[in-house]
Amino acid sequence: MTASVADVLASSQFESVLDELDRELIGLAPVKQRIRDIAALLVIDRLRLQFDLQAQMPSLHMSFTGNPGTGKTTVAMRMAQILHRLDYVRKGHLVAVTRDDLVGQYIGHTAPKTKEVLKKAMGGVLFIDEAYYLYRPENERDYGQEAIEILLQVMENQRDDLVVILAGYADRMETFFRSNPGLSSRIAHHLAFPDYRPDELLGIGDRMLADMNYRFDADARVAFAEYLARRIAQPHFANARSVRNAIDRMRLRQASRLFAQRERALTRDDLTTIVAADIRASRVFAPGVAA
Amino acid sequence: MMTNPGRRITQGQFSFLPDLDDVEIGQQVDYGLGKGFAWSIEYTDDPHPRNTFWEMYGMPMFDLHDAAGVMMELQACRRTFPEHYIRLVAFDSTRGVESVAMSFIVGRPKDEPGFRLVRQEVGGRSVRYTVQGYATDRPESQRY
Repeated sequence: MTASVADVLASSQFESVLDELDRELIGLAPVKQRIRDIAALLVIDRLRLQFDLQAQMPSLHMSFTGNPGTGKTTVAMRMAQILHRLDYVRKGHLVAVTRDDLVGQYIGHTAPKTKEVLKKAMGGVLFIDEAYYLYRPENERDYGQEAIEILLQVMENQRDDLVVILAGYADRMETFFRSNPGLSSRIAHHLAFPDYRPDELLGIGDRMLADMNYRFDADARVAFAEYLARRIAQPHFANARSVRNAIDRMRLRQASRLFAQRERALTRDDLTTIVAADIRASRVFAPGVAA
Repeated sequence: MMTNPGRRITQGQFSFLPDLDDVEIGQQVDYGLGKGFAWSIEYTDDPHPRNTFWEMYGMPMFDLHDAAGVMMELQACRRTFPEHYIRLVAFDSTRGVESVAMSFIVGRPKDEPGFRLVRQEVGGRSVRYTVQGYATDRPESQRY
């Protein structure tokens, strides 16, 4: 009996996973494409299995690099779920750690600590945020190196048991990988998260508002697009994170605007709508701030 | 009468069955994790039935989701103590239970001499009985 790709897709949740990803995450085209490729490989592997064409499970350790707020952590959280539904990991939980959780404070403390974290992550995904902190070249007695070595060993020997995702800002990860070539070569997928385009940021804003049961009115949307254009030009712009912060401030302004109108009976519409004035009060629009 | 049939001690769960293989051990561990137990690994070279306190190998493993972590630790323990008794213990931390819920031997020495019955004559015609492992005649670390 031979099955087609469609048969495998029908009997699994691959399609729904991919659709959901497309629907719920804006932009990130290269990342989505890579997940698509991985899903395709897993489908084909299943078909090959019918003819006893054994192949080792592909290594799925990943590194996510990109500027602040480009969705590295969000995608990692999703990745555990996605890989579970693609039948790659057995349990599909995510263990998110930083340097503190892996590296100990005195000699002999690091190895058990790192191993404990690894054991907790088995059957799921281990997400190491700001991974470049693991390696501190300026201090040769730093225990970070020990954590990296244990990590490497488990990544190599037990790739069926867990997926490791390293995340961090592009330039610092670059230096990190250059000083740890062994680590770099054991990671099959280096994903670069691009900055969002202004229209994507606007879409992200819409979605965040919708999740919190708010919406822009027509003027406000124009104002928000203008706000984004000005904000991007300013220093310390952190993509989606800046959008989220801007939205939180808009909610504050909307609340005080409504709060000031003591006597008015507020309708559902009043309570959910962000108007242009809530946005234009931002200091980004202040005269003297470069557009 | 033969007191040590099969020349293997029987303590804990599954001890009258043939030894579990690693896949079966993994399944048991997964079952325990599903119930929310925390697994730990213990070893000893003094398997006297009254010796309930075996040495701990590493910390108890809380917050695990998959048997692979326990199995990794078990392999390490077997490498370190190839000729000791090793058991897996599952601790149930549910309030009001707070005790061992599962326990079974997953590693044994190749040769298990068993126990001798010691009869001590006390006042009058009474006799006190006790058991003593043959292996424990030798000092620690040379027993098996």
